[in-house]
Amino acid sequence: MSAVTEARPEKIPGDPFFPKLPRKKGGLNEAHGRWAVYLIAPAIILLVIVIGYPVVSAIIMSFQKDAGLDKATGLFVEGGFAGFSNYTHWLLQQCVSSTGAVSACPPGNLGAQFWNAFGVTFFFTAVTVVLETVIGVWMAIIMNRTFRGRALVRAAILIPWAIPTAVTAKLWYFIFAYNGILNSVLGTKILWTSDEWASKFAIIIADTWKTTPFMALLILAGLQLIPAEVYEAGKMDGASTIQQFFRLTLPLVRPALLVAILFRVLDALRIYDLPAILTGGGGGSGNATTTLSILVVDQIRQGFNSASALSTITFLIIFAVAFIFVRFLGANVVQTQSNQQKGVLK
Amino acid sequence: MTIAASRAGTADRDRAVATTRVKAKKSNAPMVRTIISAIIIVLWCIAPFYWMIVTAFRDVGFTYDTTPWPTHVTLDNFATAFSTNLGNHLGQAMLNSLFIGATVTVVALLFGISAAYALARLEFKGKSIVAGLILAASMFPGVALITPLFQLFTNIGWMGTYQALIIPSISFVLPLTVYTLTAFLREMPWDLEEAARIDGCTRVQAFFRVIFPLAAPAVFTTAILAFISSWNEYLISSQLSSDATQPVTVAIAGFAGSQPHVEPYTAVMAAGTIVTIPLVILVLIFQRRIVAGLTAGGVKG
Repeated sequence: MSAVTEARPEKIPGDPFFPKLPRKKGGLNEAHGRWAVYLIAPAIILLVIVIGYPVVSAIIMSFQKDAGLDKATGLFVEGGFAGFSNYTHWLLQQCVSSTGAVSACPPGNLGAQFWNAFGVTFFFTAVTVVLETVIGVWMAIIMNRTFRGRALVRAAILIPWAIPTAVTAKLWYFIFAYNGILNSVLGTKILWTSDEWASKFAIIIADTWKTTPFMALLILAGLQLIPAEVYEAGKMDGASTIQQFFRLTLPLVRPALLVAILFRVLDALRIYDLPAILTGGGGGSGNATTTLSILVVDQIRQGFNSASALSTITFLIIFAVAFIFVRFLGANVVQTQSNQQKGVLK
Repeated sequence: MTIAASRAGTADRDRAVATTRVKAKKSNAPMVRTIISAIIIVLWCIAPFYWMIVTAFRDVGFTYDTTPWPTHVTLDNFATAFSTNLGNHLGQAMLNSLFIGATVTVVALLFGISAAYALARLEFKGKSIVAGLILAASMFPGVALITPLFQLFTNIGWMGTYQALIIPSISFVLPLTVYTLTAFLREMPWDLEEAARIDGCTRVQAFFRVIFPLAAPAVFTTAILAFISSWNEYLISSQLSSDATQPVTVAIAGFAGSQPHVEPYTAVMAAGTIVTIPLVILVLIFQRRIVAGLTAGGVKG
């Protein structure tokens, strides 16, 4: 496998695939560059249309006032330039009345729910990612061992991943029903989808079930890259199983683990399907499971421009978290991914 | 078949571990612990799925029966699931999902293959920036797109049309396609192509006769992953689709039962089973390649 990898075109002087192109001084790279532009341009242009355009128009919209009734005149008025008022609406819970006066948003207003949704989203993210990492590492270690029926475990682990999240939500909605199997088995009468804390944990349990296998697979791919000799040496030096885990396994699997955690964190921060279906968006007290994504969707029909500001804030939060991961924790995504690919395909 | 495939795939490591296993035979305790852990993992993964299937075949009058094996078996729930009289357009929704998923997958492959080829095979300035951008695009939150698209599609009368569901899906399926394919293509034996050239093939012949057949499984795996991620989409479809164009995820989320004001659990489980079983079979058949593609693309679950 390694011989194949080294045959990549980077240093082949007479790459036969594009031999006659480099007539100018720039040589191979320049010729490759021109080809690369032709080959990549269609995909990039399409992405600019389907992602770039909506993002830019969302940012422009977020600085426009939402259209609405002018209370003074009773007429329907178009918005006009809003400055940062859509952002302060969410971040500082400031509502602008039709006369232009700025005041604190009333409790029923969606603007008042921003910090609650922010807290709920980060609570879900922190708890699910920690749970999924710990259980995922455990599952990966088991699957990395040799035993009868290992293939069965590796097949079973793909099932939660293969089920659509919307179906997962409905499935757990049934399991969490008041007369459902979970309350029967536990002998409890918990209102899993409408109690304040129970509804939060319902989301966490369902999400952990659905996504831990994915974590386990990413971590397993990292574990498989650790050569057996490392453990042989560890054993010879008298390391206990626990020492082996903390001194050998964990440091060596760290890059794969960080990438897996990064993916999961970014995914968890935009969580929508599960709380939207499992607890109808609200859960206990109406907003115990309202995440940022749900708040955006709730807001859309009440005003595009204000919703755009909220979706831009959400996007910036996710971007900031990704930046922190890559910058400070050194999650080298591209490199780790390609290493794992080699390991898995072996 | 899957067992054989995964056995073959790990044969090397099995041989390497076999030496350590001899030592382990002295005491059976670690092996017993491993087996027990494995059983817990399998039960944890399969139990809710099993419960969905059992409930799907259970008479609606016995919805809350807790017998762990199938009782009061009936096919009525499947009839309810497909009953258009009750407003459950599951058949139509499956066709919609199939159509949207197939279109998105084909478009993503058409645009993605050439880009992945360039990223895997060519050296050029700014390559890591392009790779990083595409990875970032695959992690992009759907809510950031929904508001402007909602307004745009309302203005041009596209709400509830197929194109209104297909276009946003490309935003997350195309980056995933490029990323997964690049990882696969990077591992292709490109020197075979050079050998074919030396044997007298033209550049195009060499690509289509040697590399293309070898790359076909990679393209196929990527297509499966692309299709699954489109099939599973809910957020955007739930806002932009109509009754006529809604995909299965949206249809199942808003299901109606045979009795009004009673949550139709058994029918929903039947619908969930119908939607999930083909995916599970597909995933189990192509298990090994899908795992390779997943760990390469790191897509959302």
